[in-house]
Amino acid sequence: MTSKLGAIRYSDLVIYAIVLAFSLLCLLPFLMVIGGSFTDELEIQAHGYQLIPGQFSLEAYHILFVQWKVLVNGYKISTIVTIVGTAASVMICAMLAYPMSLRRVKYRRFLSVYAMLTLLFSGGMVPWYIVCVNYLHLKDSIAALIIPYLCSAFNVFLIRNYFQSLPEELSESAKIDGAGEATIFFKIVMRLSTPVIATVSLFIALTYWNDWYLGVMLIDSSDLQPLQLLLRSIVSNIMFLKTSDAAARMLSGSLVPSEGIKLATCVLTIGPMVFLYPFVQRYFVKGIMIGAVKG
Amino acid sequence: MDAGRQRGKTKGIAFELNKNAFLYLMAVPGLIVLFFFNYLPMAGVLIAFKNFDFGKGIFGSEWTKPIFNNFNFLFTSDTTFRATRNTILLNLLFIASSTVVAVGLALLLNEVRKKTFKKLVQSFTLLPFFVSWIVVSVFAYSIFAFDQGMLNQLLQWLGLSKVNWYNTPQAWPIILTLIMVWKSAGYNSILYIATLSGVDTSYYEAAEIDGATRFQQMRYISLPMLKPTIIILTLLAIGRIMNADFGMFYGIIGDNPNLYATTDVLDTFIFRNLRVLGDVGMASAASFYQSVIAFILVLACNRWANKYQNGSGLF
Repeated sequence: MTSKLGAIRYSDLVIYAIVLAFSLLCLLPFLMVIGGSFTDELEIQAHGYQLIPGQFSLEAYHILFVQWKVLVNGYKISTIVTIVGTAASVMICAMLAYPMSLRRVKYRRFLSVYAMLTLLFSGGMVPWYIVCVNYLHLKDSIAALIIPYLCSAFNVFLIRNYFQSLPEELSESAKIDGAGEATIFFKIVMRLSTPVIATVSLFIALTYWNDWYLGVMLIDSSDLQPLQLLLRSIVSNIMFLKTSDAAARMLSGSLVPSEGIKLATCVLTIGPMVFLYPFVQRYFVKGIMIGAVKG
Repeated sequence: MDAGRQRGKTKGIAFELNKNAFLYLMAVPGLIVLFFFNYLPMAGVLIAFKNFDFGKGIFGSEWTKPIFNNFNFLFTSDTTFRATRNTILLNLLFIASSTVVAVGLALLLNEVRKKTFKKLVQSFTLLPFFVSWIVVSVFAYSIFAFDQGMLNQLLQWLGLSKVNWYNTPQAWPIILTLIMVWKSAGYNSILYIATLSGVDTSYYEAAEIDGATRFQQMRYISLPMLKPTIIILTLLAIGRIMNADFGMFYGIIGDNPNLYATTDVLDTFIFRNLRVLGDVGMASAASFYQSVIAFILVLACNRWANKYQNGSGLF
């Protein structure tokens, strides 16, 4: 009896240890970058990146705040794109999902197949790019960062599956009470579907906030760079600091903390997501589970 | 079909559209977006056979003579073969490792009884999914950089010589696989955890009474329960094997030709031809080639998925 108890404890220990090690491994790069962003540049150059700064320094953040216009602009673009994009996209997806979910809509199969085919087949990067630039003139505008992602069939199906789980009699009886289709959809169906709408909004917001594909493909102007693209230009070209007056004056003669600035920008890019993370994670897990139950 | 039924059907369409007019109108914005960003590009694969002229557009441009002109260079160049090979091999590595780690994590987490610990682990492992590939590239650099990177520091500390990772293409299939596992394992495991949470607990209770250890329970109860999900997800992933994650590759590798030997994939190859070299003909031919093979693979994998378990395919 005791040996069995011992064996269970032993296996528990192994399980907890493996799981804990893996989750720490997931966390490690975050800590490293945060630590590095507070480390003195000379220290990084001499001893490399460290989890705990040997020589604490706020210089990288200081320079970024001297350069606040660039950073604030990046934040502004990313925030606008994320908020407008998410609101519009959730609405468009839900509005497409709704008729698909109703048995009284005769051609719902057509709508589903129409959306499904876009999940399966793709024309590839080149025709997509030409359609965007040549036909829709989505180039160097904030719309170019929003419009291409407005409807994703994946999200449409997530929402449709949820709508299908609502009893259709609900809207039938509202109809008898004299409610129009618009009232039924906005006042009843959407309100009852808060869990799936929250999850899909999260998916979409994450896509917009982290996206840089649209930026790389369709944006040339530096005024329209979202945060991710800004981080990329800093990563690939720290020169922008050296050419700026403010930074040059401040640093006259001293070393540009290029590594520190990169890490600090990185921290500021992750910032909002990590801050919101504890609040939204619940919806996220729930959403994937909803998706798992395929309709 | 006879004429009478045909007429009945057309009347039916008008009648139906009229009856549910508002519902169909609701769908229109979504249908339009999908039309422009998905259907028009599908038709646009035709430009692979044209001399593309920005002024004339996809359908107005002249056909190439001979018709396969854009493909001549594509299939004689080693780069095409290299990109295809890299795309398939790297994706296979990604699929295999991500699945193994995600399933492993789900199996282990399923045995964890402490709720708070479980939640904490899920928060940590899901966190990488929330950051962009650009952020990941900064992480990767801080580990693999020559002078300051953590890995080289560790090597030095162990008394080994430093390695210039950004100039060592052989190492990158493994590095990229590790990065992919790091980023996606937590996310992928959620699906498996969901499946396991639906398993009847009486199986485990019975096994416990019969003296099965934790690991035996994982091996003989949990794992078989996950088998259908694993197979279906793997098949669907194989259907997308020709499409590399552009954000990942262009974010982490960028324009570093030293690493192209093992990391140049079809998507970055096409991107380079399109946006850097400006060779629309070559890019569109490669894009066409990628789409056609992807099309066949999707159909095949979907068939297999449906064969394995009816209704598990996407269609």
